[in-house]
Amino acid sequence: MPAGPRQLDGHRVAERLSEAVQGALLEATDEWVVVAPARIVDALRWLRDDAEFDAAQLSNLCAVDYNDHIEIVYHLQSLDQNHQIVVKTRLEDHDEPSVPSVFGVYQGALFQEREGYDLMGVNFEGHPDLRRLFLWEGFPGHPLRKDFMGMLDRTPGLPGFPYETPGVQRR
Amino acid sequence: MTSSTEPYVLNIGPQHPSTHGVFRIRVVMDGERIQDIDMIVGYLHRSMEKLAEERTYTQNIPFTDRTDYLAAMSNNLGYCLAAERLAGVEVPERASYLRVIFAELQRIASHAMANGQIVSDAGAWQTPLLYMFREREKILDLFEMTCGARLTTNYMRIGGVAFDPPDEFYPAVNALIDEMPDRMDEYDELIVDNEIFIARARGVGVITAEDAVNASLVGPMLRASGVPWDLRKAEPYCVYDRMDFDIPVAHTGDSYDRFMVRMAEVRQSVRIIRQALDALPGGAHKTDVPLSLRPLAGEVYARVEGPRGELGFYLVSDGGPAPYRFHIRAPSLINLSLLREMAVGASLPDAIVALGSIDIVLGEIDR
Repeated sequence: MPAGPRQLDGHRVAERLSEAVQGALLEATDEWVVVAPARIVDALRWLRDDAEFDAAQLSNLCAVDYNDHIEIVYHLQSLDQNHQIVVKTRLEDHDEPSVPSVFGVYQGALFQEREGYDLMGVNFEGHPDLRRLFLWEGFPGHPLRKDFMGMLDRTPGLPGFPYETPGVQRR
Repeated sequence: MTSSTEPYVLNIGPQHPSTHGVFRIRVVMDGERIQDIDMIVGYLHRSMEKLAEERTYTQNIPFTDRTDYLAAMSNNLGYCLAAERLAGVEVPERASYLRVIFAELQRIASHAMANGQIVSDAGAWQTPLLYMFREREKILDLFEMTCGARLTTNYMRIGGVAFDPPDEFYPAVNALIDEMPDRMDEYDELIVDNEIFIARARGVGVITAEDAVNASLVGPMLRASGVPWDLRKAEPYCVYDRMDFDIPVAHTGDSYDRFMVRMAEVRQSVRIIRQALDALPGGAHKTDVPLSLRPLAGEVYARVEGPRGELGFYLVSDGGPAPYRFHIRAPSLINLSLLREMAVGASLPDAIVALGSIDIVLGEIDR
């Protein structure tokens, strides 16, 4: 399987993570570790502060819809030691996925989590400013979901288009 | 007698030259000082990540031009590297060299635009910008003679590049890189030592190294805060490991430093292009790859050092002809994270200079 050239082996990360953050680790592969959603903040904070892993920067945060669950992927990197760590978490509730926000650990999550909320409908609990980022408040659904069918019965400018609906807050 | 002020709301954009595109800022002002800002994006949202899930890997290449339209080559390159790693495609050596040449030309063109804009925002209305456009124009001419397009180049392919440059490309690019050092000296005289520009940009929008790292800032923004991080050195792709160049770093982290880091990077890009042209090998510029590529199920996160920093492509394949998930890690969007911290407490003209020094491209932010 193709892995990044500077990516750490998931088993190596898992070995120390399972001891340091109790109950966090669910699974490990060559490429990534899977962490329980409830412990994601503790796990990332430990990875950030640990001297060996030193994951000082959240490089990328992205949500993927796998039809029956939503997966959040965190690409972390150490600038001093030049390696990458991939952490994933699975949200089993596909209709109303929810995961604690990592904004308290990485400020770089500010817009990336808002994007995940806007396009994938993930509720990042504790995010200081969780609003839609690209679309407007009142947009029906979250377009990057695999079950999003578009706005078939709604035409822009006509009644029923969410922007024109009375009571929907324009920002 | 005492006087008091009441906060008021000022709307900037989405159509405003200082916002560099359709970016809207809702500012709460207390007299001359900014109390709070709200950044509103999405006016250019085209839902590319969703569209890409319905198109083949090759059909997605033109989308990547249209994200960051000021650095189309870098976006093409990042996406093609991701798709190649996912599908296990080898690239001929000549193609790797050509990719480096075009990516670096694009970096010069993009930095010319960025730095011209900062100076424009600081009050030198348009003159320095048009000086810098002189070089950018020549680079766009080089793109046009090679691939027929100036902005949305669609030049890189999975497995190489689309065309070999024509014969007239080489004298033109040599003439350009020969005159670039003189041009850079000209800018040094015109802007770098200019007292007014220094007064407008020094100490404006200062970001410490810790904040820059924690807020996922990348590229010139991170390097201006004193962190020597460049993916071309840290995780060399193409043939950057064979090139001899330095990472320009500044230490104050203000708008002037970000400007200076970009100026210094242009000189380094010229060095890289010269070396790549000298070492350019013969042979094929492209390997044959099936048009409907079907990579095995898996995922890849490939990244390049674009003009704005780490430009990442996260692709998930389910074995089908189209990516199951296509995510672009847009450096412009994430570099905006600290604009609020930079602007609150500053005056409005300073906030505009700070915004200009971030170098945002709205096509990439909104995608």
